[in-house]
Amino acid sequence: MSKYKLTVNGAPKTVEVASDTPLLWVLRDHLNLVGTKFGCGIGQCGACTVHIDGQPTRACQTLVSKVGKSQITTIEGLHPHGEHPLQKVWQELDVPQCGYCQAGQIMTAAALLKKNPRPTDDEIDVALAGNLCRCGTYLRIRAGIHRAAEIAGKESA
Amino acid sequence: MSVDKIENNSRRDFLRKSALAGGGLVLGFYFDPANSATKRVAKPSAISENSVFKPNAFIRIDPNGTVTLISKQPEIGQGIKTSLPMIIAEELEVNWKDVVIVQGDLDPIYGSQSAGGSRSTPTNYEEFHRLGATARTMLTQAAAAIWQVPVSELIARASAVHHSATGRKLGYGQLVEKAAVLPVPSKESVKLKDSKDYKLLGSRIGGVDNPSVVTGKPLFGIDVKLPGLLYAVYEKAPVFGSKVLSANLDKIKLLPGVRHAFVIEGGTDLKGLLPGVAIVADSTWAAFSARKQLEVVWDESLAATQSWEGFSAKAKTLSSQSGTDVLRNDGDVKVALKGASKTVEAAYSYPFISHASIEPQNCTAWYKDGAIEIWAPTQNPEAGQKVITETLGIPKDKITLHITRSGGGFGRRLIPDYIVEAAAIAQHLKTPVKLTWSREDDLRHDQYRAGGFHFLRGGLNDKGKLIAWHNHFVTFANKVVKDGKSKLEIGSGANLSGDEFPGRWVENCLLEQTPLECNIPMGPWRAPRSNVLAWVFHSFIDELAHAAGRDPLEFRLEILGDKDFIPGTGEQGIPYDVNRMKHVLQHVAEQAEWGKKKLPRGQGQGIAFHFSHRGYIAQVAEVTVSKDGKLKVDRVVVSTDIGAQIVNLSGAENQVQGSVVDGLGALIFQELNIEKGRIVQSNFGDYPMIRIADAPTQVDVHFLKTDNPVTGLGEPALPPLAPAVCNAIFAATGIRVRQLPLLRTDLSWT
Repeated sequence: MSKYKLTVNGAPKTVEVASDTPLLWVLRDHLNLVGTKFGCGIGQCGACTVHIDGQPTRACQTLVSKVGKSQITTIEGLHPHGEHPLQKVWQELDVPQCGYCQAGQIMTAAALLKKNPRPTDDEIDVALAGNLCRCGTYLRIRAGIHRAAEIAGKESA
Repeated sequence: MSVDKIENNSRRDFLRKSALAGGGLVLGFYFDPANSATKRVAKPSAISENSVFKPNAFIRIDPNGTVTLISKQPEIGQGIKTSLPMIIAEELEVNWKDVVIVQGDLDPIYGSQSAGGSRSTPTNYEEFHRLGATARTMLTQAAAAIWQVPVSELIARASAVHHSATGRKLGYGQLVEKAAVLPVPSKESVKLKDSKDYKLLGSRIGGVDNPSVVTGKPLFGIDVKLPGLLYAVYEKAPVFGSKVLSANLDKIKLLPGVRHAFVIEGGTDLKGLLPGVAIVADSTWAAFSARKQLEVVWDESLAATQSWEGFSAKAKTLSSQSGTDVLRNDGDVKVALKGASKTVEAAYSYPFISHASIEPQNCTAWYKDGAIEIWAPTQNPEAGQKVITETLGIPKDKITLHITRSGGGFGRRLIPDYIVEAAAIAQHLKTPVKLTWSREDDLRHDQYRAGGFHFLRGGLNDKGKLIAWHNHFVTFANKVVKDGKSKLEIGSGANLSGDEFPGRWVENCLLEQTPLECNIPMGPWRAPRSNVLAWVFHSFIDELAHAAGRDPLEFRLEILGDKDFIPGTGEQGIPYDVNRMKHVLQHVAEQAEWGKKKLPRGQGQGIAFHFSHRGYIAQVAEVTVSKDGKLKVDRVVVSTDIGAQIVNLSGAENQVQGSVVDGLGALIFQELNIEKGRIVQSNFGDYPMIRIADAPTQVDVHFLKTDNPVTGLGEPALPPLAPAVCNAIFAATGIRVRQLPLLRTDLSWT
């Protein structure tokens, strides 16, 4: 067991865990941030996607000992009031079915929009390729990203 | 904190608290939700100043005007937590934004709480209208009594009763005290709204949990936290049901964070508590890590020789023999086939597949003083309670079961194996414990959609009409012991009904079935039976249409025939409304411009229909297959008849689009192999699921309203997808897909 100082959603956190603990379980079991989901444990489903220094990253494949001083952002910290354009649009278009994968979808999509404010369908398909939705909400995810891009575009105009 | 949220949201809890507050619960009588709106099952309790209006178990109105509605069915992504309360809210005349929806615990007061078979809507629709209308009637009567005016002069609208003649209004909160002491009106005296006045039903309402979903709030079973919670894993044998001979528990107990490690003897029921080893630790990761060092010796004598290859070979041998069960035998198939102008013969097969709900199975349990409290992502809380009583001897009244949101269900969570495992571990420890299955556990210990083999022969007369249909279906069965006798029982969802289309329609029809014994657990997978039978039958019908040189739509319409109804004769026993099916079929053809598009080679349209879960659905798929065999589904058009009313248009569209994507994923990718009695695949690396790039570009959903009872939509839109796509592939390439998954067929063409 070792102590790790992390920066999660802008706040300093200290945890005492085994060095091989994936960030996913640190967030869920030790920091009570359960919005980041466990789906496969091998980086195949994307349900555990968080941002590390802005990069979409699989928390189940990220050892706590490797995080260092990087900024970790989870779905709980994507926007201080839960009003990121994607969070608003996901409700407007009623994207979720079971909803379990959607935090991961939104985190991946948020990183995409930051890099590419007006992605095409193909660019969305490439960026979101690592995020499974078992309920099959892919059409609404595509539509939601386009709509969020449109809103963000208007807001910044 | 999840514990507060989940506990505080429980209806049981708030009842208890209301009672403790000193007679705060005014109306303690409930309607029997399954039967009459007026049947009292308990007497009114004392009246107090802090009165609330609870005309039944599903509605509570507080003096401050807050309207709380209970959702009794488990939410698994089908949208029921939004749609059923919408029905009450419509009749109650409340503003949707003012309504609070609370998930009900398992409680007989609510009637059946199982979410399966697309039954939640049809079995509750009428009653939920009545529940809301009864409360609205009583609130209106309360206002009439206060104002001393006739009820007929009053109108309920937007959470208030209005007297337009005098411009007065009283909010529901102001009426609860008076309403609470009124007698419940008779069922006949309660007037339901005219559907033309609906404001909520048929509109687009977002899921009630969406705000929590998009901000990552605790909602799901796996999110449950309790004080002093420990974290468990449970290792079972790769060969189903094998007993533990030995395990290195002494070593495991010394590993970091591990608190307990022990063997659970378990039984032989593949849907119950199977033998295994529990490891309980301070954190999920400590339990997962320790498990990597677990060594168990299993008694694998049970079924270690089973393999998919072996089953396939056996099925092939059986193909030339008669089946052990005859499900239907109309006319004389052999004579008809002999006399036919043309015959077609084909073998179709499909593998076992997994539900792979994205939230792995998990359950939290707390055993204390002979009672147990359970938090479970389940579709079938009653089954969870039952298996705990039967296996662990905890009486029903000592089991509290909280239903959490489920990260997908698809039928998997109808089976409570993971619930009894958590309960058994908790009973052993007497401390709160959360069992979390790994993805590997989930894939290797599912209640699988059974594989199957169909050997088909069809005959056409000189006019190209279908006159003979012969199917020998080789399926799977488990050996079960019932009343001391051992017998073969066909797997759940692995049986064929003699009524399944085109049975009942073809004058010479022989349907035979032979089960292969296996030791693999089988369970209902979204649209059980239908999810793959529709693919087999509508693919083969397509083969016959092409052999007859006829248009696949026109050929199907001819089979459906001119009778209005075809009565049910088999186990399903549901009459088939031929006109409803023709209606959706013709509609989908029109919408997709069937037969009117001039498509180049490599592009094609395919059509299929299916009746299941009381829904009539037809689909046209449009595909492009590149020369190197890459498939893209460009568009799917779906025409749906599920009765007189769509409850939530947004949710309904989501279910249909999701069914199309799910059906396509199962068609293209899903396959489990079996070797030495165990499942070969382990995780999404070797068990691929459909991803965004493979989803259809466009899915058009049409709802045809007909004057029929309102039915469910979680399942019936899935079955027609696979045959529609495969028939489109044939139209595009001339390649007929007869084996699933599609990945196994080379679609390249020149």
